Amino acid sequence: MTPNWTVSRLTWRAPVLAAGLCVLATLAAMAQDGSTGRPSALATLITWMPFILKGFGLNLVMSVLAMALATVSGVILGFMQISPVTLIRLPAKLVTNLFRNSPWLVILFAIMFLVPFQITLPGGDKVMVPDWLKATFGFSLPVMANVSEILRGAVASIPSGQWESAESLAFTRGQTLRHIILPQCIRRMLPPWMNWYALLTLMTPMAAILGVNEALGNTQAAMEAAGSRPEFLIPFYLFLMTIFFVVIYPISICTRRLEKRFATGS
Amino acid sequence: MLDLIAPFFERLYDTTGLNFSPFYNSYDWGRLVEGMWVSVKLITAIIAVSLVIGVIGAGAQTSRLRIIRWMVSAYIEIFRNTPPIVQLLFFYFGLGAITPQVDMGGWYEPAIGSFGWAVIAIGIFGGSYNVEIFRSGIEAVPASTKEAAESLGFSGFKIFVYVTFPLALRICLPALTNNIVSLAKTSSLAYVIAVPEITYSLSGIWSDSVNVPEMMLLLFGYYIVLIAIIARIMTMIERKIALPGYGQ
Amino acid sequence: MMSPTGNRTVEQPIVALHGVHKSFGSLEVLKGIDIDVMKGEVVCIIGPSGSGKSTLIRTINGLTPVSKGSVKVEGIEVHDAKLDKLALRRKVGIVFQQYNLFPHRTVLQNVMMAPLLVLRENRTEVEERARALLAKVKLKDKENAYPAELSGGQQQRVAIARSLCMRPDVMLFDEVTAALDPETVKEVLVTIRDLAMDGMTCMLVTHEMGFAREISDRVYFTDAGRIVESGPPSQIFETPQDPRTQEFLSKVL
Repeated sequence: MTPNWTVSRLTWRAPVLAAGLCVLATLAAMAQDGSTGRPSALATLITWMPFILKGFGLNLVMSVLAMALATVSGVILGFMQISPVTLIRLPAKLVTNLFRNSPWLVILFAIMFLVPFQITLPGGDKVMVPDWLKATFGFSLPVMANVSEILRGAVASIPSGQWESAESLAFTRGQTLRHIILPQCIRRMLPPWMNWYALLTLMTPMAAILGVNEALGNTQAAMEAAGSRPEFLIPFYLFLMTIFFVVIYPISICTRRLEKRFATGS
Repeated sequence: MLDLIAPFFERLYDTTGLNFSPFYNSYDWGRLVEGMWVSVKLITAIIAVSLVIGVIGAGAQTSRLRIIRWMVSAYIEIFRNTPPIVQLLFFYFGLGAITPQVDMGGWYEPAIGSFGWAVIAIGIFGGSYNVEIFRSGIEAVPASTKEAAESLGFSGFKIFVYVTFPLALRICLPALTNNIVSLAKTSSLAYVIAVPEITYSLSGIWSDSVNVPEMMLLLFGYYIVLIAIIARIMTMIERKIALPGYGQ
Repeated sequence: MMSPTGNRTVEQPIVALHGVHKSFGSLEVLKGIDIDVMKGEVVCIIGPSGSGKSTLIRTINGLTPVSKGSVKVEGIEVHDAKLDKLALRRKVGIVFQQYNLFPHRTVLQNVMMAPLLVLRENRTEVEERARALLAKVKLKDKENAYPAELSGGQQQRVAIARSLCMRPDVMLFDEVTAALDPETVKEVLVTIRDLAMDGMTCMLVTHEMGFAREISDRVYFTDAGRIVESGPPSQIFETPQDPRTQEFLSKVL
């Protein structure tokens, strides 16, 4: 008999579970502690939580900003990719593929090293470009390329019959895109777009490599400041993972529900 | 080989200031080649680990025991909704701190080095996506096909091996290719735990020779070529195992 | 026909194809087609699959370009590169086998969209006209429904109303009943028949032989990219001359 199974989907219980895991791990860490006079790992973690959460705020700011930037530029790039003019389409395709096929870390490095830390505005003023802003721009580039692909893919998935009947009714290409093709595309684009936001947020801790004081950087700084004891490592990193989980998991669920709704309904 | 191209690049440096030091400096060349080699080994190992985890996980999800299914789900959700870089650091620093030390005859080394942890951490990360991919491939195999196999007397395990898995593999190949390419890119994260793969090697060169733009170019070039090769291989596999007329 | 001054003028065909050839790469699909359709005529094109019927019809509104030859609608060459496609699309309406309604708009919006957005006509006028057309195809009560809520036959009738709202002079029908359930085929054929009886010039590619016989003024039988035989339906269906016509009809009737 073929087993009749369904994948059990974790629900909102999951963040609670994750937090539970975290506590368990910290308890384990506490057990390692011995009877010295130093504060326990758990107590240290609690002391440093606000600091880490402050850094996490920067992660969220970076992710929202980068997503906004990537959406705007990605949509433009996407339109360029579907243009009938080869001179516009080919460079757009090249740029899209360049940023889709390069590792996030490498792009981040490139932006951090190659973009100056100071920009001279046309008026003559010098503006400091903070590290986190450069990192934000670096994160927006791969997402831009993927948004461009999402748009291109969504337009390509519209049956050619729609284009033909629009053409037969004397719509121009622009009118066809605006009134007929794109309204149908928006639905298809929403779940992948949300998915990329989640992915982007999960990539923002990489900025710590380049000195940005976000959640990961703050976690490492906190551990150092508290004495760099090995028993800190597990609880602190687990806490870091938990705060990301708590934010990203609901987005994941939302995306999956949307996908299901758009796939079946109309 | 270096002797052939070295003069050209030296001249390039002298005339234009473009410093491609690995091409005329044998030490840098060594670093470049070693970086590429480690990177290839790393990526291959990661992909292998993630595929194995994916198959086992997909199989485990068919288990009758609710606790096992639940554990696999928990694994997927945790590793897909937390930052991979933090996962890597957690494994290397966190778990690394509690792995046993191996006596190397006088000094102690951790049993699993940075390369090993990178493979484990990123492999587990990739595996979580693969479980989903394989699962949706398996679900997409029509129930009627499996029923037919059952009616012919195939046991549950045999159905999986001879009917479900071959079909599921072909169905999920595009998504699998996507994930494999994504893992190849994610392998660069190993930089943060000082695995001497290509990003690490080139960053060493550019901090010594101050030729960041040129080394960046090489770095981009390496990954673009690598990914093109991987994509090519996957396309060839796809074509080779494709069933004529199926899924049209 | 005599003009008041007594000079004879020959009435121009509303659709005229001369020597039309079309190749897709190395495959030649149309090998020299000549058809003249007068105003108010109903013309049916029949023939085996792959004989080029759909391609033929699509050259008339410019969806498919021709490799050689001329296609004229009301004396204007369709495949002239400098042609204002808008003017052509006003004159020639087409209904497809797959109806191709816009799924994200209601029935009424589907019918009104093109005259509003393309021709920029007055909204009240267009709405009135659209409602009248929907009443004509007997779908007045469905004007706020979405295409996905309608049956195939209903969707096809909406597609007909949508094309008619542009007030064309010629209507093309490309195998419009081929994808429908048998129960719904009749309602679409009735709609087309009413249209033809109102005096619209119609060109149909169809497999519905009984229907073709009933409404057409002329029937063209195509095979392998050429017109094998043409004539009034009584001739084609009762006394086909060419053996290929006879063979085809014996298989389908």
